[in-house]
Amino acid sequence: MSAENQIERHTLSILVDNEAGVLARVIGLFSGRGYNIDSLTVAEVDDQEHMSRITIVTVGTPPIIEQIKAQLGRLVPVHRVVDLTVECESVERELALIKVTGKGDARVEALRMSEAFRARVVDATPDSFVFEITGNTEKIDAFIGLMKPLGLREVSRTGAAAISRGPEAM
Amino acid sequence: MDKQLNGAQIVLQSLQDHGVEHIFGYPGGAVLPIYDEIFQQESIEHILVRHEQGATHAAEGYARSTGKCGVVLVTSGPGATNAVTGLTDALMDSIPMVCITGQVPTHLIGGDAFQEADTVGITRPCTKHNYLVKDVNDLARIMHEAFQVATTGRPGPVVVDIPKDIQFALGPYMKPKAVKHKSYQPQIKGDMAAIKQAVALIANAKKPVFYTGGGIINSGPQASQLLREFVKLTGFPITSTLMGLGSYPSADKQWLGMLGMHGTYEANLAMHDCDVMINIGARFDDRITGTLDKFSPNSKKIHVDIDPSSINKNVMVDVAIVGDCAHVLEDMLRVYKSDAVTPDKKALASWWSEIEGWRDRKCLAYKKDEKAIKPQYAVERLYELTKGPDTFITTEVGQHQMWAAQYYRFEDPNRWMTSGGLGTMGYGIPAAVGVQVAHPKSLVIDIAGEASVQMTMQELSTAVQYRLPIKIFILNNEYMGMVRQWQELLHGGRYSSSYSEALPDFVKLAEAYGATGIRAHTPGELDDAIKRMVDTPGPVIFDCVVTKDENCYPMIPSGAAHNEMLLADSEGLDIEVSDAGKALV
Ligand SMILES: Cc1ncc(C[n+]2csc(CCOP(=O)(O)OP(=O)(O)O)c2C)c(N)n1
Ligand SMILES: [Mg+2]
Repeated sequence: MSAENQIERHTLSILVDNEAGVLARVIGLFSGRGYNIDSLTVAEVDDQEHMSRITIVTVGTPPIIEQIKAQLGRLVPVHRVVDLTVECESVERELALIKVTGKGDARVEALRMSEAFRARVVDATPDSFVFEITGNTEKIDAFIGLMKPLGLREVSRTGAAAISRGPEAM
Repeated sequence: MDKQLNGAQIVLQSLQDHGVEHIFGYPGGAVLPIYDEIFQQESIEHILVRHEQGATHAAEGYARSTGKCGVVLVTSGPGATNAVTGLTDALMDSIPMVCITGQVPTHLIGGDAFQEADTVGITRPCTKHNYLVKDVNDLARIMHEAFQVATTGRPGPVVVDIPKDIQFALGPYMKPKAVKHKSYQPQIKGDMAAIKQAVALIANAKKPVFYTGGGIINSGPQASQLLREFVKLTGFPITSTLMGLGSYPSADKQWLGMLGMHGTYEANLAMHDCDVMINIGARFDDRITGTLDKFSPNSKKIHVDIDPSSINKNVMVDVAIVGDCAHVLEDMLRVYKSDAVTPDKKALASWWSEIEGWRDRKCLAYKKDEKAIKPQYAVERLYELTKGPDTFITTEVGQHQMWAAQYYRFEDPNRWMTSGGLGTMGYGIPAAVGVQVAHPKSLVIDIAGEASVQMTMQELSTAVQYRLPIKIFILNNEYMGMVRQWQELLHGGRYSSSYSEALPDFVKLAEAYGATGIRAHTPGELDDAIKRMVDTPGPVIFDCVVTKDENCYPMIPSGAAHNEMLLADSEGLDIEVSDAGKALV
């Protein structure tokens, strides 16, 4: 398979005007053109200038990723699109809340694992825990995988937030 | 302090400040305050259409024939939804348009109020940008932004949705130049390094071809001028897409004719065999490229486009230049001249002799008929009897559109209005209305099909009302000919629902509207009838009865390459279209 057809995973940071409908424009672009969204986070990051930052994790071949960036750049309220996967070194974090139920050995094992992963217990009952864990997506995937046989009940994830390393800002 | 106006006045004031002289619209409850303001002023003329789709296509015709922004005004709910086809059409063909839609009052939004529709939601994917105005204090800025976004960069339609209470509310007005957009800044100048690379490729080309498109027209008459100069200077052959016709004079010997699915043999083969392709303002649309993996396999490709997302979208190119065609052409010319480039005369001569060989194939030749009018002949005669710098052609969609593109010839930009990207039947009459509003003294002809024309026939009433002498020249083959052709070639001749049954008597129909009807059945009467049409002072429907089973050639069948095209005299040959090809449109 040539590099052109290789599916890659990219994290994009998009700075937008925080105006009505801007998220719908971004999501509509992905659905309308058949692009993938693995995760998406958004929140206002500058309340003076009313700017929001959207982090999208997407997968596609290199030409498709280039198209996605160009199409995003074309949206009128978009200020900047940065591909954190190729343009710089970056850190990526996601937060997840994970509910595990059970008694006995499984419960003890779950708690032991949570310590190894530096997850925090944010709620506990005699037969349940809610763990809070932050990390990159792979770490959270791994933790969830370990919890499955130990009584995993439900998961709530924020999706990735990401930022470049070093002093430069986008 | 800024002047206080009500919302409707702000709308009118901003239209005036953007030099708007005509708007196309249809009233309704949610835009009555704006109509009231229109009533009380004289600088802007409102053209009342018969259907909101008509308003949008009229605005497109107006825009494309003048280079100005088309303006549309419609009411909420059904007014807005009826405008969707024309908005999509304008988006696909990059036509500058501002469409003002009324909306139910802000406090009713979301409550399923009478004639409420989520207009910004519905039009988000079919506009370049859209706005819902929730505060009258934003209205002037939004109106100015709307014009800026619609007319700059890659042009396109912009919707401004204005709730009725905002039209009554008082707010400030500031002039357009006080508004500067924070994030929207299209790139106009091309990158010099890329331009130099392009010129280097051009300098060494042995088998070059210019492939130009609607971007030249959108860039303005200057782009056409510069293109002509560059093409002359290089001596290279040039072809163009459907949307680019007129940017280079068809009478010139370097002109190869249109390319693409129904393009000429010489244009398509030149594209296939070239070693350097210079794409200026075209977007490698699938009607042009055919099957991508067989598209011009051995060429280096240069692509000039104002829209970065057009670059490498369908076809990977070697040199990409993002910028406005006129600016980039100017820089290219300057570099070309200062580098004192001399094209490889010998290589060019042999390239041209190859091209002449293809030309000799006379791909647009067709069998003449003594008794019946061939559609190609009808367009040829129409061209001979109406050509001139003051003639504007619009079309509907189908075979007649392709015959118009092939047999009508254009020497100047902005004379040819057709729905290219969306292929909207029903475009032609309202577009002709818009063109005629902008050019009241010119000859405006819609080359039409009998099926398409019935989609927006009611706009003839608009033409009659405003004394717009448009000529609707119907190539009446009693079939949705293009559908019939595909069914013949790809679906075993099973003509499923493509016969135009129960056709109206177009002559009587014209008369019913207060227009003139003319009919021609035979080649012998055609010329006189066309002359009568041209001499008629008002609108005319010309019912040109043509042979029913004509196919439009040349044709690149779906799934085939440029060098696998069907020509008229290969008719009857079994064409093989792969299943994959059949699945394409
Ligand atoms: C609104 C719309 N609906 C359907 C089509 C599909 N279509 C393309 S060409 C065509 C037939 C057009 O027939 P006519 O106007 O008589 O033109 P002809 O091909 O016969 O010249 C149809 C149905 C279309 N392009 N637009
Ligand atoms: Mg027909």
